[in-house]
Amino acid sequence: MKRVEVVVVGAGAAGMAAAKGAAENGAHVLLLDNENWVGGILQQCIHNGFGVHRYKEELTGPEFAERLKKEIPSDVEVMTGSFVHKIFPEEKKLIVISRRGIEEIHYESMVFATGAREKTFQSLLIPGTRPVGIYTAGQAQRMINIDGYLPGKRALVLGSGDVGLIMARRMHLEGMEVIGVVERLPYPGGLRRNVKQCLEDFDIPLYLSHTVVRVEGFPRLEKVIVAKVDGKFSPIPGTEKELKVDTLVVSVGLVPVKKLLAKFVDVESGILVSNSGQTSVDSIFAAGNVTTIFDLVDYVANEGEKAGKNAALYAKGKFEGKRIPVKKGEGVKVLHPKWYDPSDPLSVYLRVSRPMERAVVRIGKYEIEAEDLTPAEMVHVEIEPPCEDEIVVSVTEV
Amino acid sequence: MKIAVIGGGIVGTLIARLLSFYEADVTLIEKENDVGWGVTKANSGIIHAGYDDEPGTLRASLVVPGNEAYTQLQKDLDFPFMRVGSHVLAFNESDLKTLEELYKRGEKNGIKGMKILDREEVLSMIPKVNPDVKASLYAPSAGIVIPWRVALSASDNFVMNGGKLALGERVVDIEVSGGRVRKVITDKNEYEADVVINASGLFADEIAKMAGAESVPIHPRKGEYILLDTQEYTNYVLFPTPSHGSKGMLVVPTLSENTLIGPNAVDLPPDKKGDVSTTESGLKEVHEGAKKLIPSIKLNKVLRTFAGLRPESPQRDFFIKESEKVWGFINVAAIRSPGLTAAPAIAEYVVEELLQQRLKINLQKKREYIKSIKSIQKVSRLSIEDWAELVRKDERYGNIICVCNRVTEGEIVEAVKRGARTLDSVKFRTGAMCGPCQAARCAMKIAKIISREAGIPIEEILLNADGSNIAVGKVRP
Repeated sequence: MKRVEVVVVGAGAAGMAAAKGAAENGAHVLLLDNENWVGGILQQCIHNGFGVHRYKEELTGPEFAERLKKEIPSDVEVMTGSFVHKIFPEEKKLIVISRRGIEEIHYESMVFATGAREKTFQSLLIPGTRPVGIYTAGQAQRMINIDGYLPGKRALVLGSGDVGLIMARRMHLEGMEVIGVVERLPYPGGLRRNVKQCLEDFDIPLYLSHTVVRVEGFPRLEKVIVAKVDGKFSPIPGTEKELKVDTLVVSVGLVPVKKLLAKFVDVESGILVSNSGQTSVDSIFAAGNVTTIFDLVDYVANEGEKAGKNAALYAKGKFEGKRIPVKKGEGVKVLHPKWYDPSDPLSVYLRVSRPMERAVVRIGKYEIEAEDLTPAEMVHVEIEPPCEDEIVVSVTEV
Repeated sequence: MKIAVIGGGIVGTLIARLLSFYEADVTLIEKENDVGWGVTKANSGIIHAGYDDEPGTLRASLVVPGNEAYTQLQKDLDFPFMRVGSHVLAFNESDLKTLEELYKRGEKNGIKGMKILDREEVLSMIPKVNPDVKASLYAPSAGIVIPWRVALSASDNFVMNGGKLALGERVVDIEVSGGRVRKVITDKNEYEADVVINASGLFADEIAKMAGAESVPIHPRKGEYILLDTQEYTNYVLFPTPSHGSKGMLVVPTLSENTLIGPNAVDLPPDKKGDVSTTESGLKEVHEGAKKLIPSIKLNKVLRTFAGLRPESPQRDFFIKESEKVWGFINVAAIRSPGLTAAPAIAEYVVEELLQQRLKINLQKKREYIKSIKSIQKVSRLSIEDWAELVRKDERYGNIICVCNRVTEGEIVEAVKRGARTLDSVKFRTGAMCGPCQAARCAMKIAKIISREAGIPIEEILLNADGSNIAVGKVRP
C-alpha cells in the first residue's frame, strides 16, 4: 500500500503536465502509465508542429515530451509499466498492476489523463472481407516509427483527420505508394497546415465527399471500393471506383478512454469537467483527450497543468470547486468545459458545427469576431466572466 | 489401429480427443493454421435446448444428450460455458401455435424445465423486449459457449494423450485399395490409415469423393453477425418464433460480455465455401431482425461484423454413417445447426456406435490417459490476492498487453507454449485483441512476444492464414 496526495493516471501530455502542476503546488505526486515510458502517444509522433503555443517553437512529439518531462519536479514519483485495474472513488484508492506486483494506492485527489483511442474500421459497418492490411493510423504510425516495420506497399487512407494526413506523408516518405486520402465530409477533417504539408506538397490526392463502401481480398487486402457520398453520407450509386491497395489506414476519429471512471463520474462522449479540471466527483480531476478531443497538444498540456494544480490544492483542502453550467448554443458542435469555476479564468474550447467564413462567437455576454472557422480547428477563447447562473456559448455566421 | 480424423472443427477435435483415450494411433488433420477456424469460429455460440428438431431424426437424438454433455465437458475441458436460458418469443396467434408445437416436441425430445411464459413474465425477465410480445417458450437448459475454446481445449487434450496434430495441411487425396482406406495424402505429408473420419465440415462432400465413398452434397449457407460492445439488452438468448425451418435472427449475450445479433441466412453455391464476406444488405437485415426482438438495439457500439458459413445439405439431417463402399471411411457430414450442441454426443456416437459396434473395431482404453485439462488462466478474473500471488511467482502476469480485455504477457506466453503461432491463435486462446480497439494497440506487442518465444521473425508472423503476414518488411532493411 502506498499513500500519495495526488495520483495522476496516464503520463501523456496531459498527465505529465498535471504531475508538474500538482508538484509545483506542493503535493506529493505519483504519475502512472501503462507503457514503459512517459510521453504517451507523443513518442510515436516524430513529425514536427508541436509546441507552437506552449513553447513558441516547433518541436517534434518526442521533443515536446522531453521538454515537458524536464519541467516535472524531481520529487514526482513515476511508475511506468503500471496498469490501473480498478478505481474506488469512495475509498479514494486504486489498484495498480505491474511486473513488480499488485499495489493499492491511496490518494487525496486524482487526475485522470488516459487520453483517447482511435475509432476502428471494424466499428464502421463497412461490408466485405476481414483481411490483414487494415490498420488505424496510430497503429500504423507506431508500427513504422517505433517498431520499424512497414505494413504494406500500396496504401489508401480513410479519413482526413490529422493522424491520417500525417500517416499519408509518413508512408510516402518510407517508400510506400500512397494513392490518396478519402474523406466523407466536403472539407478536410484535419488542420489546414497538415493538408498542405502532408498531401499537397507530395501530390497525394484528397477525395472529399468520398467514402469506402467495401473491402475485398483474403487473407491480404486486395481492393478497396470507394464511392462519392451525398449530403447524408450515403454512397451515390454508380460512382464506385475500385482501388487496388494492400493497406488501408483508417483515421476516422478518436474516442476518449474513460471506461474505468465512466460509472462514477458524469460523462458524455468524454469525461465532463469544469474549467478547473474538476469532474462531477470533487476529488477527481481529468484533463486532455479523455475529456474532449483537442486538436493541439499545447492545449492538452495547459489543461493538464491546471488540473494538476487544482488537484494539489484540493488535496491540501484549499480548493472549493464551483460548477456553473456552460451550455451549447447554435453553431457549436463540441464545447469544453462543461462547467465554469470562477477560481480559474474560463478557457473555452469549441468546434463549430460547419465551416464559417465570418462569425461572432458569444460566450455569455462576451462577443468575439472570428474568421475562417472549420470544425477541424478548435476555437480557443480565454475570458473571466462574472458569476452567472449559466453561460451559453454560440457561434453565428455573419 | 491407425486413425485419421480430417477436420479440426468442434466435431473433429472432440472425436480426436475421445479417440486419444484408446490404444490407437490418431492423427488430426486441419487445413488451417489452427483448430476451430472454420464453421466453429463463426456461429451463434448457442447450446440449444433441442426443441427444434423433429423426433426420430438423428439430430433430435443427438441434440439433447449433447446439451446435457456440456456440463461434464466444461468440467473436463475448462471452457467458458453458461446455461443462461433461452426464450422463443411469440408475437401473434400463429406464433403461439408454433410455441405449443415446439413445447410438445421438446417434451418428446426429453428436454427438462421448459415453460411457456405469458407476456408479463416475459417482460419482467427481459425488460427491453419488444412490448408486442405475447408469450415465450423458456428453456433454462439452453446455454452460451465460446465454441472455438471447446475445439482448442479438445485438441490440447488430444495432443497431451499422444495424438498427432497436423495443422496447415490440406487433404488432397485418399488412397483406397481392396475396398479399404489405406492412406490420407495431404499437400505436405502422407498418413497411413485404417480408419478415416471425415469431419471436414463444408468440404465433407469433396473429401468423401476423394475416397470414392458415399456423400451428400454440401453448400454453404452464409450467416452475417454484428457484435456489440454492450450487454444492456438481454441476459437470455432470444429467438423469434421459427418459420420455414430457419431459427431467424437472434439476440445473444456472449461470455465476453458483448451482445451478438444475427444471423441472416443466404444460400451460396457450392463453389463459395470460402466466402465469409459481409454485405450491406445482410448487415441491415441483421439489425432489422434484431430490432423485432429488442426495438432499442442501436449500432453505436459496434465491435465488429463477421459472417460464418453453415454446411447445409438437401437432406437436412446429419449424415453420420460408415461407408458401405469403402471399409473404414466414416462420414460425419452435414453438421448443420444444432451441430455445436450435438458435437459431444456426435463424438460418442462415432466412437462407440460406428467404430466399435458397426465396424467391430476393438478399441482398448489406455491404462492411463488425461481426460481433464486446464485452459489458460484468465488472470484478470482472479481475486486480487490470487493475481498478486501469481505475479510474485512470474512477473509476466503483471504486464498487461491487451489493455481492453486485460490480457497479460504471461497468458500470451502460455498460449505460445500451447502452440499458438499466429495472432488469431493467441486471440482465440486468450481473448486478447477482441476488445473495443480491435487489436490496434496490442497486435504488434503480441507479435513481438510470439517472435521472441517461438523464434519467428516479425515479418513471418501471420494474422491467420498463410499470406497474412502482419508486416511486409523493415522500414530500413
